[in-house]
Amino acid sequence: MAATDLNVNGRMESVTVNDPDTPLLYVLRNELGLRGPRFGCGLGQCGACTVLIDGEAARSCVTPLSSVGASKVVTLEGLGSDANRHPLQQAFIDEQAVQCGYCINGMIMQSAALLRRKAKPSDLEIKQELANNLCRCGTHLRIVRAVRRAAGR
Amino acid sequence: MTVIMDRRSVLLAAGALVVTFGVGRERARAQAAAPQKSVSPDRVEGFLAIDREGKVTVYSGKVDLGTGVCTALTQIVAEELDVPMSQVAIIEGDTALTPDQGTTSGSYSIEKGGMQLRRAAASARLALLRKAATALKVELSSLLVQDGIVRASSGHEIPIGQLVSGDSLAIDVDPNAPEKPVSEYTIVGKPVARLDIPQKVDGRFTYMQDFKLPSMLHGRVIRPSGIGAKLVSYEESSISDIPGIVRVVRIGNFLGVVAQTEWSAVKAAQQLTVTWSKWEGLPDQTQLWDHVRKTRIVHDDILSNVGSSTSAIAATPRKLSATYDFAIHTHGSIGPSCAVASFSEGAVTCWTASQATHNLRKQLAAMLELSDAKVRCVYVEGAGCYGRNGHEDAAADAALLARAVGSPVRVQWMRADEHGWDPKGPPTLLDMHAGIDQGHELVAWESELFIPQGGPTLVELVGAGLAGLKDLSQLSPGGVLNDLAIPYTFPNVKTTAHRLESTPLKPSWIRSPGRLQNTFANESFMDEIAAELHADPLEFRLDHLDDRRGKELLERLATLSNWRARPQPDRSADVVTGHGLAYVKYELVRTYVGAVAEVRINRKTGEIAVQRFYIAHDCGQIINPDGLRNQIEGCIVQTVSRVLKEEVTFDHSMVTSLDWATYPILTFPEVPDVVIDLIDRPNEPPWGGGEPSCAVVPAAISNAIFEATGARVRSVPFTPAKVKPALH
Repeated sequence: MAATDLNVNGRMESVTVNDPDTPLLYVLRNELGLRGPRFGCGLGQCGACTVLIDGEAARSCVTPLSSVGASKVVTLEGLGSDANRHPLQQAFIDEQAVQCGYCINGMIMQSAALLRRKAKPSDLEIKQELANNLCRCGTHLRIVRAVRRAAGR
Repeated sequence: MTVIMDRRSVLLAAGALVVTFGVGRERARAQAAAPQKSVSPDRVEGFLAIDREGKVTVYSGKVDLGTGVCTALTQIVAEELDVPMSQVAIIEGDTALTPDQGTTSGSYSIEKGGMQLRRAAASARLALLRKAATALKVELSSLLVQDGIVRASSGHEIPIGQLVSGDSLAIDVDPNAPEKPVSEYTIVGKPVARLDIPQKVDGRFTYMQDFKLPSMLHGRVIRPSGIGAKLVSYEESSISDIPGIVRVVRIGNFLGVVAQTEWSAVKAAQQLTVTWSKWEGLPDQTQLWDHVRKTRIVHDDILSNVGSSTSAIAATPRKLSATYDFAIHTHGSIGPSCAVASFSEGAVTCWTASQATHNLRKQLAAMLELSDAKVRCVYVEGAGCYGRNGHEDAAADAALLARAVGSPVRVQWMRADEHGWDPKGPPTLLDMHAGIDQGHELVAWESELFIPQGGPTLVELVGAGLAGLKDLSQLSPGGVLNDLAIPYTFPNVKTTAHRLESTPLKPSWIRSPGRLQNTFANESFMDEIAAELHADPLEFRLDHLDDRRGKELLERLATLSNWRARPQPDRSADVVTGHGLAYVKYELVRTYVGAVAEVRINRKTGEIAVQRFYIAHDCGQIINPDGLRNQIEGCIVQTVSRVLKEEVTFDHSMVTSLDWATYPILTFPEVPDVVIDLIDRPNEPPWGGGEPSCAVVPAAISNAIFEATGARVRSVPFTPAKVKPALH
């Protein structure tokens, strides 16, 4: 049982787990009390657990804590600030792009990674970026519109 | 668009944590903590409380399954009471606090649940106005309510909170209390922004999967290798290296592990060495439809019988027959089922995302051999379930593990638990027959549905079954007979459901249960008949409908989709496009939906791309048009996924499609556009919108494939492996 330093949402956190291979998802949710990243499959197939690691979208359910090191982890909670939502979060509200919302963390985090790489993606690029993020409610059309809106298109 | 403040809080109410959907926690806590609250659906105080500040608490037995219905229910109550929406909070599905309004299913939350709330609110409004009239010594008719303040034409006013004393709402729901005239609506009918979305995009929403209690432990279940396999043995030493294991719990064939941390529970469930007996009781999947046909029929349900169809068909010179089948499907929630249970002084409280907490309470009470009074189920929203998925089973698992270890336990199903053990939409087979007379008229229609027996009742709890404990269940495939009878006016019609003794995997209701599969067969077969008669599919339907609203809907659909009489498509290209039409009057008594699908087919590969759906939708009075559109879009996309891709696979022992790789669903690049025409009828009763659009999707796609290729695809899912051979 050893303490591990973790850079999450711009803060250094010290977390203590009894297995260094504990997936990052469980550390974020249970040790740090974050609710953005969600457990969907534990297999890296659905995207509900997505976080940014050094700006890249990563599936936290298959990312061992030991592999994170000094990398910067950003979750949904850290994407914007209390005073200012990230443009994606606001766009998802403006487009009412949520049904049950369980997948929405992944949709926003994956799209945030896309917008870092490309400020004005086409609809096709948005759909391809989100091709491995599953939504069961069928909110896809609104999600694409929300990402487009956040990109200012 | 009206923007409502986002507010949702977890609070302590009557000894249990309750998640409210609405206003500030302090007031709601005081309301909810009131002892011995009535949960009678016949009493106003069963549904409503109003405090001295005029804040309204709604107690709703119908719950928000991620559909946004709580926003719509808030609109209904705020409208009827003339209070701002920001003054209304909802407590959902708490057996100690909310009336039993039945399962949240069947697109009934507004049609039934919302109308119960509307009548309760109208009754409360009348009672408060009477008090105001007395207090102000004025005529009732001189009073009106605006923003929670009763105003008299004399200029006097009283906030409604000041009219409420201890038992003001302790009255019967008055069926004669006047409801607010539609012409005065300012909230109902508006695209009010959903109350839950801000917290969901900010990561502050409390899903069931986020719910925690102090000293809560983490449980995982270890299911048998075969559905009927028996637990022979397990070796506790196989997990001795994992820290924080509290206990391995065995009750009969029920096996679970409880640990101090979630990851230890996950690892232990994976690592525990378990020996199960061999069980191979499932039929050969490649022979599934033969198996269905050979399953003993226990009785027939005749859904409609007009004229004498059998002799009429026999007498016709032209006969048509076709068989349709719809595969076994899973619900496919993105978040696997989860529950928390806690025992205290011989009573259990279970936090659950169940769509039917009152029913679950009875089932848990039976399983635990407790009286109903010793079981409380509290709804907390989970991932969308789209029917009876595994939430109730997770609740049973949590209760069994919590009782065994004497601490609160959270059970989170893993992906394979959900895909493997949630109850399934049963395999559905339909034989269709029709007879055409010498005058080219369809004179007789017959359908035979093969579907498991049972009704929309209680589905067996997996944990209770494995543990050999009591259960109240029976075979429960849901309201699967609906829409077997048809909306068309043919002179001879007989629709028969053959109820089967059994079905391979435990059944329940998926979204639009039965209506989905039956409408697939009906509306595809209508298209087959129209083609046989060289009739336009739209005209053919219009000619056989005696239903003003239905006809108007189809005409608006024709305009929306730019429908034209059946063209002569070029069927020679490698990639061809077709349009297909389908129509449903849901259960023949409510919501009307018409659809045109625009579908592209690659004739070389058999691959199908659904490009666009046009939908005309009439569910009467619309409470929230944007919420309704969101639901319709969801119905279309989810059902396109079902039709193109989905099929539960199994070997002789167990489900084998245990993840998203083996049970793929529609992805972003494959999603069609959805173009919707909402027909609002504010003076008609509101009907449901969460299911009906699903029902038209399979036939619309099948009929589009026919228009483009001349081939009939009658077996869902329409995978390339099935479509390609049908094309040649």
